[in-house]
Amino acid sequence: MALADQTVLQFFPLSTSLSAKVHPLVIFNICDCFVRRPDQAERVIGTLLGSLLPDGTVDIRNSYVVPHNESSDQVALDIDYHHNMLSSHQKVNPKEVIVGWFSTGFGVTGGSALIHEFYSREVANPVHLTVDTGFTNGEASIKAFVSINLSLGDQQLAAQFQEIPLDLRMVEAERIGFDILKTTAVDKLPTDMEGMEATMERLLALIDDTCKYVDDVVEGHVAPDNTIGRFISDTVSSIPKISPSAFDKLVNDSLQDQLLLLYLSSITRTQLSLAEKLNTAAQIL
Amino acid sequence: MATAAASRSFLQVAATEEAVAPPLRVVQIEGLVILKIIKHCTEFSPALVTGQLLGLDVGSVLEVTNCFPFPIREEDEEIEAEGANYQLEMMRCLREVNVDNNTVGWYQSTLLGSYQTVELIETFMNYQENIKRCVCIIYDPSKSNQGALALKALKLSDSFMELYRNNEFNGEKLREKNLSWVDIFEEIPIKVSNSALVSAFMTELEADSPVTQSDYDRLQLSTNPFMERNMEFLIDCMDDLSMEQQKFQFYYRNLSRQQAQQQTWLQKRRAENMARKAAGEEPLPEEDPSNPIFKPLPEPSRLDSYLITNQVSNYCNQINSVAGQSFSRLYLMKALHEN
Repeated sequence: MALADQTVLQFFPLSTSLSAKVHPLVIFNICDCFVRRPDQAERVIGTLLGSLLPDGTVDIRNSYVVPHNESSDQVALDIDYHHNMLSSHQKVNPKEVIVGWFSTGFGVTGGSALIHEFYSREVANPVHLTVDTGFTNGEASIKAFVSINLSLGDQQLAAQFQEIPLDLRMVEAERIGFDILKTTAVDKLPTDMEGMEATMERLLALIDDTCKYVDDVVEGHVAPDNTIGRFISDTVSSIPKISPSAFDKLVNDSLQDQLLLLYLSSITRTQLSLAEKLNTAAQIL
Repeated sequence: MATAAASRSFLQVAATEEAVAPPLRVVQIEGLVILKIIKHCTEFSPALVTGQLLGLDVGSVLEVTNCFPFPIREEDEEIEAEGANYQLEMMRCLREVNVDNNTVGWYQSTLLGSYQTVELIETFMNYQENIKRCVCIIYDPSKSNQGALALKALKLSDSFMELYRNNEFNGEKLREKNLSWVDIFEEIPIKVSNSALVSAFMTELEADSPVTQSDYDRLQLSTNPFMERNMEFLIDCMDDLSMEQQKFQFYYRNLSRQQAQQQTWLQKRRAENMARKAAGEEPLPEEDPSNPIFKPLPEPSRLDSYLITNQVSNYCNQINSVAGQSFSRLYLMKALHEN
């Protein structure tokens, strides 16, 4: 399920085309804080750190939880803690500033409006991120909101939370590999070769799929789609046209370079063991 | 092993506290910690950064459940206190939100695997005084750009620590303990664990595309810059190594020359004593500690050469693995072209 294409619920058109990007670290942090919450708290809230990108999107990169007390009619937030953590984080990375706040649980509650007001004093137009840890609708819903003030004339009526498009950038998570992050326990970190193997298998599967598709289209099983056809022809033609002999020479040269490096490294290893023998075996007569 | 420990009652565990702790076999890291380490190290790469690891020490497993980064320290004395304050502040804040407040080690980023320095050993010794078991996690952002997760957990071996503490780093003791350069650092296997909530989220959020970013990284054909830098570092290290060897040669030459001098002096003394005995006088002592040729020469420490050897072997390993990957890629290209 692709969460990248959120439908934006709009009652009024948004004046600014604000959208948000979330890094996987933030989700991990929020889940970890939720698991460690004190027993009487139903949800956790905290601050979101990040930066405002030049094209107007809010890049949410880090987060920390803030202890709070919530009862039916009032909300108390540990402001000192919030400022302490903020200054500590900024010592490490001064570019990360407050961009909003998060809370677990589905939807926006009354207490959230008060908290949102507090955060809007810290930063202009904070983003409110809800992470549904209860999986209320049977799915993991992560939504981002900004608050628009509804006013009638001069009087403030209410604050309306409008959803903004959210892009979950999983690039870093993909780099590590979802296999490590998905399961509850991984026994061994995969080595380079295993990773290479997995990648090549995936590449092979992709090529097989493409061939199958082309075959199907040629035989008339599947209706041809011009855009896909153009993509395929672009991809195939992007392989540079080199004559076979030149290509072989290229490959062989690279192979030889790598072999040379391997040889050098084995010589170095031999030298190391020799040097060690000489150093420690010398006896003082 | 961890479950067996959990099934004993608290009293039993407290009673057996005096027993020797089982050796550390596995480091269990949470996905959160990995992501944090990667974020911190890649943000500041190529500068080298460090941070603190927090977690629990359970039986033969060291669990790392959280971490926080250290700000970049200036080399100024008055900022030392600030660094300590920052650490205390972070620990206090994290304890308020029920994060494990127990330091179990530290992490640091490295450049192409050149992390074996004397500073690392000193930091280890410092930590070891306060914590029973600590581990150092090394992350290499430049290697991870090639598509592999270059994360290692290191610990000093016990025999090495003993020697270092007593400052007995000379040839005799090393031969006695049979300690060679491979025995300085011990690499501990890493296990990754995630809470069920997080794994549920990740399973949902995993993009459906059949190819991921790690594949793009791995299939990149240009590894030349990486290899070039590796070779440069290797050559520098070999230069250092040959310098260390020269130091040893110098030492041995001086030692043998000193011994020859001692022998001639002894001969002269003996001849003198014979003459005195013949003349009926007291024989002179056969040793003369005030004579400078009897002064013991200081043996150069072998620690540096061991560390350099470690680094060189590290570079060689890296070159080997990257070359291996390049081979696979080249053959893949060849096969594709033929088709």
